[in-house]
Amino acid sequence: MLAVQGLTVAFPGRQGTFNAVEDVDLAVAAGEIHGLVGESGAGKSTIAAAITGLLPAPGIIAGGAIRLGETDLLALPFAARHATRGKRVSMIFQDPQTSLDPLMTIEAQLVETILAHEPALGRAAAWARAAALLGETGIRDPERRMQAYPHQFSGGMRQRVVIALALCTNPELVIADEPTTALDVAVQSQVLALIRRLVDERGIGMVLITHDIGVIAQVTDRVTVLRHGRVVEAGATADVLGNPQAAYTKSLLASIPRLDRRLPRFPLIADEERAPSASAGADAGALAEAWLKARPAGAGTHAAEALAVENLTVAFDGPRRAFFRKEPPIRAVDDVSLALPRGAVLGLVGESGSGKSTLAKAIMGLVQPSAGTMRHDGAALPPGRTRPRKHPSRRAIQMVFQDPFSSLNGRRRIGAILAEPLVLYGLEPDAGARARLVSSMLALVGLPTDAAERYPHQFSGGQRQRIAIGRALLARPDVLVCDEPTSALDVSIQAQVLNLLKDLQERFALSILFISHDLAVVRQMADRIAVMKDGRLVETGESEAFFAGPREPYSRNLLALTPVLSVKRPRAQAS
Amino acid sequence: MIPFIARRLVQSLFVMLAVAALAFALFRFVGDPVSQMTGVETAPQDMERLRVELGLTDPIPLQFARFVGDLVTGDFGYSYRTRQPVGEMIAQRVPATLELGLVALLISLVVGIPGGIYAALHPRAPGTQALLVGTLIGVSVPTFVIGILLIFLFGVKLGWLPTFGRGGTVDIGGWRTSLLTLDGWRALILPAITLGLYQLTLTLRLVRAEMMDVMRTDHIRFAMARGLPLGTIHYRHAFRNTLVPVVTIVALQFGGVIAFSVVTESVFQWPGLGLLFLESIRFVDIPVMAVYLVLIGFVFVVLNLLVDLLYAAIDPRIRVAGAA
Repeated sequence: MLAVQGLTVAFPGRQGTFNAVEDVDLAVAAGEIHGLVGESGAGKSTIAAAITGLLPAPGIIAGGAIRLGETDLLALPFAARHATRGKRVSMIFQDPQTSLDPLMTIEAQLVETILAHEPALGRAAAWARAAALLGETGIRDPERRMQAYPHQFSGGMRQRVVIALALCTNPELVIADEPTTALDVAVQSQVLALIRRLVDERGIGMVLITHDIGVIAQVTDRVTVLRHGRVVEAGATADVLGNPQAAYTKSLLASIPRLDRRLPRFPLIADEERAPSASAGADAGALAEAWLKARPAGAGTHAAEALAVENLTVAFDGPRRAFFRKEPPIRAVDDVSLALPRGAVLGLVGESGSGKSTLAKAIMGLVQPSAGTMRHDGAALPPGRTRPRKHPSRRAIQMVFQDPFSSLNGRRRIGAILAEPLVLYGLEPDAGARARLVSSMLALVGLPTDAAERYPHQFSGGQRQRIAIGRALLARPDVLVCDEPTSALDVSIQAQVLNLLKDLQERFALSILFISHDLAVVRQMADRIAVMKDGRLVETGESEAFFAGPREPYSRNLLALTPVLSVKRPRAQAS
Repeated sequence: MIPFIARRLVQSLFVMLAVAALAFALFRFVGDPVSQMTGVETAPQDMERLRVELGLTDPIPLQFARFVGDLVTGDFGYSYRTRQPVGEMIAQRVPATLELGLVALLISLVVGIPGGIYAALHPRAPGTQALLVGTLIGVSVPTFVIGILLIFLFGVKLGWLPTFGRGGTVDIGGWRTSLLTLDGWRALILPAITLGLYQLTLTLRLVRAEMMDVMRTDHIRFAMARGLPLGTIHYRHAFRNTLVPVVTIVALQFGGVIAFSVVTESVFQWPGLGLLFLESIRFVDIPVMAVYLVLIGFVFVVLNLLVDLLYAAIDPRIRVAGAA
């Protein structure tokens, strides 16, 4: 049905033309989900934009053909092409929070879309179809709910609305660009099941773009693996994932965290341009390594627990109902008791809104808990505002944030960023010694030593996260709080950063509180596991025992819903 | 929604009290009202008697309470200069300024909004470049220069339009309007353009910037991918999403137009509030200045309240947050 042949998309620029997509072939049959998988920069979204004809500004189609049925899409003039959008080719975007017009009701957006393509249908019939379709996508009581505005729906429900909008004109082909990336695992699995069902029932062809091989394994029939805008491998999903031929596919599969067993280290994608200079790091990092190892053991009582919280509660004011009336406070963290053993990694998992990050902020003294106590190394940790600037824990507990793009000051050189903890905590008074330590630390985290002279924007996401880790280590901490440290990174980069964290943790006996929504990642990292839901602690225990058999139904469910890399439903596809 | 408005009203009350306190401070600290009213030949004991009669020897909080009480009951006092009631003087001048301001606002919206939308949708068109250069000039050239240039061109060189005053006015129930006669409109148009030009450029640039941002959002891209007609996408989806910031700036600018029409009114000798204020400053006519201050504060408070209500009308998310 959809046939893309030899597609090349070029972005002419000042420094010559950049081919985002080169010579890509793609064929999608009706009733088939075709996965496009690859890391960032692979050209997945560019292919989608080329098919819909909505390439961003300088991009042009430099070669190839895109055919939908009998129609040559590239030959159509603008108006005819625009008429095919929605009518024949529709799209589902990544983020359901932003892909609906916030000022219009769901009903108005659906009816408007239907009438735009079938003006003869009439308002009442369009409305009836909209309601039926919403019901079909799993929205209960659609006649009433469709009068609501987008913000009145949860993320998963909104994505169902987006799917209904994409399907309301009965298109032949739907392109879904990371349709579940912004959703929690439980919701993701529901939405994927819905997509699969709609494709089967309606006989639509779908191109599903994702970076997540788990998603590919779960729903696609065929898959195309892309890298740097070129096809690496294509075929039936079961074949490609079960018996990959290309070296890139093999290493990509290997770098995905496994949910079913714990590996000592991730195998890395062999690639000179990305591999850290590990051999050079061994020598050059020696100074920083010795310096870190010589750190004075905490002044505390040498408690077995590096960090402990007891009955911690963080409540935020509820929305104001009236002049003197407020909603009851929202308990983001509700009566949580946790302990991080010395030299261990505690994995904290939970869906979005479960209070993981709030707990981390409370430990860092960034939010004010309303009840409970915290101890660091056996000594009481003053909460929130009452923790003095000079409190020793401010040095000893360091944080690595999720987004490496916003956690480094873009106007300072890496050298200055890394030297800051040394100055701030008065660890190294001599500027020369500071510079030597900084460059040695850069080697230790796997970056070239000339990185000190450069600025954050000159580094990739993974390199920036290495810088953030180096900055945390230069405070000579004994506890690291890592809040989703790799969820903004590609899998192969994630594997490198996780390997680095594991190395450092073992070498320096760091105690790490590792927060993540991804159970597979946590399994690779953590010695102990704590599961949170709606601010409460659901379950805590040894990691291996937890993954062998979680006690609580919630954790069992969470575990079952995480996509795993076995192809669940190998469908015999006659295409 | 109602508690939301109620909360805003209470806040507005405090703002008005603060403005009144400032106006009251004028009386207290800018010169001595008694020596303003009397001449050199007034005997000191007469001045003392006047001071007691006017209540100027009372404790300051009591005086302030009396001042606020007078304002609330509509007693604005008498002008030092003309011996007329201040309320009456201002009421006479309000129509002129309000009409000038409204027509200026209308001009700025009618040109600024379509211009901004055009510039956002055709960022590389020559027309857009011309508009942007034009607005840059509009922002940079001071109001009075534009006024004088317009007078020179249309009033003196071409002789098409009058150069000062309101022209023919019609009295409707105490409201002297120039909107009902051709002569009135001819007199109004130049000052209105002069006054509206700055707001026009600002509106145009703001609409353009906001619209360009909105056009890049996911929901517009999704609307494109669904094949909605371009007109629907541009006006029903994109333009409505630019309205919240635009409404804020336009309304606050309108407050500014009313409050600071001083320059335009003096260039065109437009008999409005601005001219009255200018004359009052020249004669240190403190009661008029104080009431003018309170009135302008009131205009801003009302406009802000209107903006909040408009927000709620435009954006359902704010509506719910307000009701919740």
